[in-house]
Amino acid sequence: MSWTKKVLRINLSAGTCEAEPLNMEWAELYLGQRGLGTKYLSEEVPPTTEPLSPENKMYLITGPLTGTMASTAGRYSVVTKSPLTGAVACSNSGGFFGNEMKCAGWDMVILEGKAASPVYISINDDNAEILPADDIWGKSVWEADEWLHSKHQDPQLRVAAIGVPGEKGVLYSAIINDLHRAAGRSGVGTVMGSKNVKAVVIRGSKGVHVDKPKEFFEATNAAKAILAGNPVTAEGMPTLGTQVLMNVINEMGAMPTKNWQHSVFEGASKVSGEAMLEPRESDGKANLTRNGACFACTIACGRISTIDPQHFTVKNREDLHHSYHGNSGGLEYEAAWALGCDTGIDDIDALTYANFVCNEQGLDPISLGSTIAAAMEMYEEGIITKADTGGIDLSFGNVEAMVKCTELVGAAEGFGLELGMGSARFCAKYGHPELSMTVRSQEFPAYDPRGIQGMGLGFATSNRGACHLRGYTVASEVLGIPIKTDPLVTDGKAELQIGFQDATAAFDSAGICIFTSFAWTLDDVAPQLNADSAGEWTAERLAEIGERVWNLERIYNEAAGQGAIADKLPPRLLNEAIKAGPAKGKVNGLPVMLPEYYRARGWTEDGVVSEETKARLGI
Amino acid sequence: MQMSLVIDANKCTGCLQCEMACSYEAEGVFNPTKSRIKIFPFHEEGIFVPYTCTQCDEAWCLHACPVDAIQLNKTTGAKEIVNDLCVGCKVCTIACPFGTVNYNADSGKVIKCDLCGGDPECAKACPTSAITYQDANWTGYDKMKDYAAKAIPAK
Repeated sequence: MSWTKKVLRINLSAGTCEAEPLNMEWAELYLGQRGLGTKYLSEEVPPTTEPLSPENKMYLITGPLTGTMASTAGRYSVVTKSPLTGAVACSNSGGFFGNEMKCAGWDMVILEGKAASPVYISINDDNAEILPADDIWGKSVWEADEWLHSKHQDPQLRVAAIGVPGEKGVLYSAIINDLHRAAGRSGVGTVMGSKNVKAVVIRGSKGVHVDKPKEFFEATNAAKAILAGNPVTAEGMPTLGTQVLMNVINEMGAMPTKNWQHSVFEGASKVSGEAMLEPRESDGKANLTRNGACFACTIACGRISTIDPQHFTVKNREDLHHSYHGNSGGLEYEAAWALGCDTGIDDIDALTYANFVCNEQGLDPISLGSTIAAAMEMYEEGIITKADTGGIDLSFGNVEAMVKCTELVGAAEGFGLELGMGSARFCAKYGHPELSMTVRSQEFPAYDPRGIQGMGLGFATSNRGACHLRGYTVASEVLGIPIKTDPLVTDGKAELQIGFQDATAAFDSAGICIFTSFAWTLDDVAPQLNADSAGEWTAERLAEIGERVWNLERIYNEAAGQGAIADKLPPRLLNEAIKAGPAKGKVNGLPVMLPEYYRARGWTEDGVVSEETKARLGI
Repeated sequence: MQMSLVIDANKCTGCLQCEMACSYEAEGVFNPTKSRIKIFPFHEEGIFVPYTCTQCDEAWCLHACPVDAIQLNKTTGAKEIVNDLCVGCKVCTIACPFGTVNYNADSGKVIKCDLCGGDPECAKACPTSAITYQDANWTGYDKMKDYAAKAIPAK
């Protein structure tokens, strides 16, 4: 019962909104969100489709647990073909948007074609309309959010929108919902902008039913008790957020610094989760006001922060949106790293400001910070000069330069449009593709795989380009979840990475947050799903679904030219040893791990999904 | 012993578990729009505030109802809607100074918190104890204790 079994298909070219039944045969095999969205994409959008053409489609999709009382069950995913990577994109967001879609009676909203002029989509239970967005085209997400709430006279309306960069083709534009929750990676906001869609607003009043209520409460309460008893989900994440990692990763010498030239950042503690709790001089307040939760989440890792009112980024800045002078979504680990450590900047208020800009304008802070960092290395090497940067002194550690670059990308103007193409295209344009720290043209997250070996294999094989959220072996290699493995060796990492990849794909398809997996295994997810949904759901079946999802993504990528040919790491990670710290002398052992990985996946030695594997998984 | 819902907004993370627990208990569906308790996020101020009926002793809603459809539960102290009597006139929604009685267009009746008959689901679902169910005569106990603790000599 947990699927509404209804899909809203919106053809922007034709101006039509039609209801159709969800393909339940596919739902049985691919569950929801990431898996089911990818199945629809692979059936409806040929892998060779130009991502920013009207022929690409977007699948905004929930999972079977979305909208229920299961912990973290508020999520939705955006599946499309990525303009940044050319591969399958799936970006997953929390907040309160996915549950509202489900509450309105829809499992999925499909956007296809292209509107003739700017529009937004309004969904109120069964009623869907395509409405003009001329008044908010050219505005930020935050401005559009205010306008939409005012226009609909509904404070409980849920809004997902793009900013100016998404309209103007910045390749890592995000879709922001609830002001600071992001379907962040791979440029899914860019695809939305290419369709002339500014926002999707939803109001649902139908509610969500589950199949076996009594069992459902037993299962979800038991699962919540596990989260409440786990030190990571009950203490570390509510107190410090994902920023709990900043000092941990730095101390193990795996903190990518100054475009991955170094692996220890001397300023890490100044931009850490602990630093966010320290009162500042100007007003005695800490950067962090409190933690906040997404829908149904009993972890509540979200950061709600303010910028020091005396900091240059906001002082006497009446031109800024009023939220810059109050609380909004604060720094996550990845944003603090990319905008900070990778650019050599340890000013926590400048980073919080840049993070607010990313939220206001819909940008992926990982790709933004990493692209600025690559440009900084090129500037210091003399490959680019002030003539290229519009006069900006792009030295590592230059706070004003980072802030200026962020504002320019946010406005999609001048040098910001250059940075807006992402690090792979930027570095290639100036003749130094080797300086781009990317896989499948997507920027790395904050884990140096020379110091955490399994992550190198994870980045290289990640179906959506470099990413930590596709196979987080950091859990095992650093935190000891579920068992501690040595981060400096390659032995056993192929199997470890595969286990994480498949389980993650199952979590991502169920409608819950991957952060629950610090405490839950699929054995904890299965009883919740089993009570939620008709049918028999076991951990084994979920693991198989995860493997099926992974292989389907891979098959799509192979046909899109993003298969084994793109399973590569930049030469810096393979040839330049870490210079200092506990991982000193290490490079990543991808050449050893990759053949083991292909073999353990049941793929050919060339990394192609074999016919036997396809047959075994029913693809 | 009569009990009261006690709300500490500083502990609320805005997760809406209470709204779902409430809507499920009252309507058999996970649906925040049908919840008798609401969480108000004040974004720029950085605080989430749960709010629901305080079960006034001299309840405006009860006195305003022309058909006696709001009645006192003597055990719990809750003012409860008797659906068979409610005619959906909405006078109680106007009478309530706090806005905690609301009309439900689907049923044509009004809805408000009834303390779930003395075992409120919102308090049980709250993961941070922002909503608790306590001795009605001692709702200030924890706050008193916190202030009393200021007398402890520093070590």
